[in-house]
Amino acid sequence: MSLTLQEVEHIALLARLELSTEEKRLYQQQLSDILDHVAQLQKLNTGDISPSSSVLPPRSRLRADTAKEGLAPDQMLLNAPDVEENQFKVPPVLE
Amino acid sequence: MKEIKNLVDLTVTEAVEVLSSGQISSRELTEAYLERISEHERDIHAFITTTPDLALKMADGADTKRLKATKENENIPPLLGLPLAIKDVLCVEGVRATCGSKILEQFTPPFNATVVENLLNAGVVVLGKTNTDEFAMGSSTENSAYGVTHNPWNKERVPGGSSGGSAAAVAAKFSPAALGTDTGGSVRQPASFCGVTGIKPTYGRVSRYGLIAYGSSLDSAGVLARTTEDVEIIFRLMAGYDERDATSIDAPVADAVCRDGADVKGLRIGVPKEYFIEGIQPEVAQSVRTAVETFRDLGAEIIDISLPHTEYALPVYYLIAPAEASANLARFDGVRYGLRASDENMLKMYTESRGAGFGPEVKRRIMLGTYALSAGYYDAYYGQAQKVRTLIKSDFENVFSKVDVIAAPVAPTTAFKIGGHGDDPLAMYLEDVFTLPANLAGIPGLAFPTGFDSDGLPIGMQLMGKQFDEPTLFKLGYVFQQHTDWHQRTPHL
Repeated sequence: MSLTLQEVEHIALLARLELSTEEKRLYQQQLSDILDHVAQLQKLNTGDISPSSSVLPPRSRLRADTAKEGLAPDQMLLNAPDVEENQFKVPPVLE
Repeated sequence: MKEIKNLVDLTVTEAVEVLSSGQISSRELTEAYLERISEHERDIHAFITTTPDLALKMADGADTKRLKATKENENIPPLLGLPLAIKDVLCVEGVRATCGSKILEQFTPPFNATVVENLLNAGVVVLGKTNTDEFAMGSSTENSAYGVTHNPWNKERVPGGSSGGSAAAVAAKFSPAALGTDTGGSVRQPASFCGVTGIKPTYGRVSRYGLIAYGSSLDSAGVLARTTEDVEIIFRLMAGYDERDATSIDAPVADAVCRDGADVKGLRIGVPKEYFIEGIQPEVAQSVRTAVETFRDLGAEIIDISLPHTEYALPVYYLIAPAEASANLARFDGVRYGLRASDENMLKMYTESRGAGFGPEVKRRIMLGTYALSAGYYDAYYGQAQKVRTLIKSDFENVFSKVDVIAAPVAPTTAFKIGGHGDDPLAMYLEDVFTLPANLAGIPGLAFPTGFDSDGLPIGMQLMGKQFDEPTLFKLGYVFQQHTDWHQRTPHL
């Protein structure tokens, strides 16, 4: 299985990753090798096997719907790259 | 009153004893570790961040608390004043948490991970945050953005990973114990490479809240220490239900089993043929087989078993874990925390922050996971991997109707050379071939030393148990260590 450079660029965009030309070439090769390796799974017949959604027995447990003390706004904003008026500040969404 | 050896030689059990008896203070013990760290950390690099000021403050607090509690006849927390190192993917309030990544270089969590909170309530003193492969993705700590950790047994060798800093810290006696995390072997493999004991608990037994996520269906916080007894003590205090983790299980934590009179008579130990394959270092296979014979001599029953889908664990893991990682690491977008590399527009803020902040292995896994989940490929890759995961789980369920535990090597080799796998990701992934299955099945695994190879590097065995049956693993590890002294050997730094 061989990925094209265009496929690598498409995946990088989906993943929101800026990659250099060298990185794209490297990942093109390495991802192709890894996909070759994992392709051995295709030979297993899994027709009537259900996928594992969890390793634990299925259950549904909800916590009580009661209000609790959370983090204060200044704690929430402590690590923010940019803040204005107690809010996370980002570049314009619509230009 | 027992004579105290060098303070850093104390096990957790011994340290708790001399702290309780008042023979030493937490300040004395903490200073001994800080001194040892400042003397040798340059050669080992077990830590990303050390917290000497915080540690001494906590130690003084612990000493004051013990005095007051003793005077007023109050309960004394079980680990009061015990120093502990914590892997840098677990959040400690107010202490930088980098996950070994440049993207979190400036991140200071405003809360504690639940396992950390539980242990702080038990009285521990935080020595620092240990080195790790970036976001716990790796088997050598070579993927840390803050430099590689050196194996205390041979500084040209890796300590294993991703909890390599924690394993090296325990082996080098920088700390009596350390917390790690295990998504595909990241507690057990470094424990084995550094000659220490480590537990990966059952999925759901310990809370994942505040464990910065890599593969959410696989991640588990664990403990590394020098004896099984020590590991059990810390494990029992960090385990338990947590309503902040939806996958946490509300079941009581079992009583301690590492105690006088523990025996392994009649326990059935399965030895799977798929874990003694061609390509495994002969000394590793031999050492593990010898350890199995020790258990037979101690009264356990040894049974040959087969886990037929073992060979598929690697491809299954390297689809499911990257898929989950690609979703989990989407949160590093330059908005709420972490690096922001561009303010030009939203797309550039995302792509440039992530491009500059993540290292090569993290990018590789995000790319792989994104591909496996993308339109047109989901069924063939991710869907098929989840079905084969069911087969791997069934292998274990079938075998556990015949045996109580499974014994196997932790890794195919002992610690390899730093740089030994060059730039070959697949060669590195193969390091995890014996540890991945336990994560895929959600079962617990205990790693402990069973010997050394001809280069003087530690060899480790892992016991895998039924879900929530950590006690049987601890009992076997404890009894083994009562009859052998591999775990007592320590490296000369």
